[in-house]
Amino acid sequence: MVKDNRLSARLWAFANWAVIGFFILNLFGMIATVVTSSFATRWLGTWLPAGWTTRWYSSAWDEFQLYDILSVTFQIVFLVVFLSGLIGVPAAYALARRDFPGKKLVMLLFLLPLLVPPITFGIPLATVLYRAGLAGQMSGVVLANLVPTVPFVILVMIPFIEQIDTKIEAAARVFGANTFKLFIYILLPLLAPGILAALLLVLVRTIAMFELTFLTAGPTSQTLVVALYYAVFAAGVRAVQSIDAMAVIYMVTTLVWLLIALRFVNPTQIVARAKR
Amino acid sequence: MTSPSSSIDPGPAIPLSQRLAARGLDGLTLLVVPAVLFLLLLFIYPFFYGLFLSFNPKAGGTLANYQRFFSDSFLYGTIATTLWLALPVTVITLLMAIPIAFRVRVMKHQRLLTTILVIPITLGTVLVAQGLLSYLGPQGWFNRTLLTLGLISTPVKLLHNYWGVFLSLVITGFPFTFLLTLSYLSGVDPALEQAGATLGAGPWQRFKHILLPLLLPGLAITFCLSFVQAFSVFPSAVLLGAPAGPTRVISIAAYQAAFEEYDYSMASAVAMIMGVVQLSIVVAVLAARGLLYRGPAGGGKG
Repeated sequence: MVKDNRLSARLWAFANWAVIGFFILNLFGMIATVVTSSFATRWLGTWLPAGWTTRWYSSAWDEFQLYDILSVTFQIVFLVVFLSGLIGVPAAYALARRDFPGKKLVMLLFLLPLLVPPITFGIPLATVLYRAGLAGQMSGVVLANLVPTVPFVILVMIPFIEQIDTKIEAAARVFGANTFKLFIYILLPLLAPGILAALLLVLVRTIAMFELTFLTAGPTSQTLVVALYYAVFAAGVRAVQSIDAMAVIYMVTTLVWLLIALRFVNPTQIVARAKR
Repeated sequence: MTSPSSSIDPGPAIPLSQRLAARGLDGLTLLVVPAVLFLLLLFIYPFFYGLFLSFNPKAGGTLANYQRFFSDSFLYGTIATTLWLALPVTVITLLMAIPIAFRVRVMKHQRLLTTILVIPITLGTVLVAQGLLSYLGPQGWFNRTLLTLGLISTPVKLLHNYWGVFLSLVITGFPFTFLLTLSYLSGVDPALEQAGATLGAGPWQRFKHILLPLLLPGLAITFCLSFVQAFSVFPSAVLLGAPAGPTRVISIAAYQAAFEEYDYSMASAVAMIMGVVQLSIVVAVLAARGLLYRGPAGGGKG
């Protein structure tokens, strides 16, 4: 960086920090509002609530049947994570190692679901899943969620696989390993960090994936984020604090996994999904 | 795969599998097949299914859905409503993101900031909408602070109108745009800027003549991705906006057709129109990008 100490440059730097500071202040203000409200006995027209309580958590837990919702959420999320790894990693390996006719077309096929927003392809997808009788239950939700996550795993894994020396695989081949053995004994251990990172990102994205789950879920296959949407949508039926308590539970669920994921990946990787 | 080449083949008897392998097709390449089949079945097929369905309306001729969409202002108006939200949000977040990305690029503790900014993306639009409902409300901390500071005399109305949706889009959109810009910017070699400075270019000149041209292709992609995200706004338009009027965005129209009127044919038509609008903006931006410099952004020799 080239140092610049003139007044105009300092003012410009200050303006930049002011914008980012203002943004973060409001972001934390928003989160703090939810957390404060979830512990509030009554909070109307004052800076802080009249008193503090934790009872909203137990009432939200019962009212929204959070135990069921959480267990459904994790079943769906782990199935999505497992299946997208199972389908995505071998495909990424093939794409990283082989050049075949039509490869560009295949790459385009994997890019499109990441570029087209979920609500756009979600409506025809939900229609097909309803016709097939899969929507409204867990299998439909899992299938719909796999549409963006399989390509995501592939695109994250390709550069990771490309940097592994092909000589290691060649040596294994020389000693008589077939593709399956090569995968289990050579590639899986080498790829483990990359797979872990990709799958953690899938996990974080799937917990927060609203649109696809919303369009395909039935009453027994709602994930936490969809249940939260319905609760906010029907605001007035339940106490605000109860909904806020549910939101805090959702935040904790998501952020715990985000923190775990951030030990293995760079924050920019969460958005930089499809470069070029 | 392993069958030998037939006797009709005049060339030397090279097994088919070897000839295929020479073109990159062997057992290993087949590993890509499950993923391709999966996406053909659940991405490409639904698209064509929806496309055909949209031309088979519940009532009327082939184009009845599209005619209905473009003759009913309650329906075609959603395009303008959505653009009126998505375009300003994209432009503003991009204009905010560029200078801040330049600032952060040279920062030592980048990771803390990027981690904070990734939080709203991870939480998702539903939670942001829910949080903003209390935070921006007439009794919320935002209005309260402005009142205390004496900047306003009555609370600003920021909910259930255009601004609620706008602000929620900025909260989730800005980090997204910023992190993408930052990742493109870190691909530009700082030596190029230093060379410019050595030759006497000021900060503005360095930005205008060196960094901006190198960054523009990346910014075009960032613009497209952010725009497409903002254009498909759904939960916050319902929860924070006025879904019956000023923020009746196109995804609400599609959702209502599908799940309130159970007219999947009309819903598919709206989804197709949504896709076409998104695509035409993206194509326009990418076509403009084709006119830009697209060389190496590194400073190495050769």
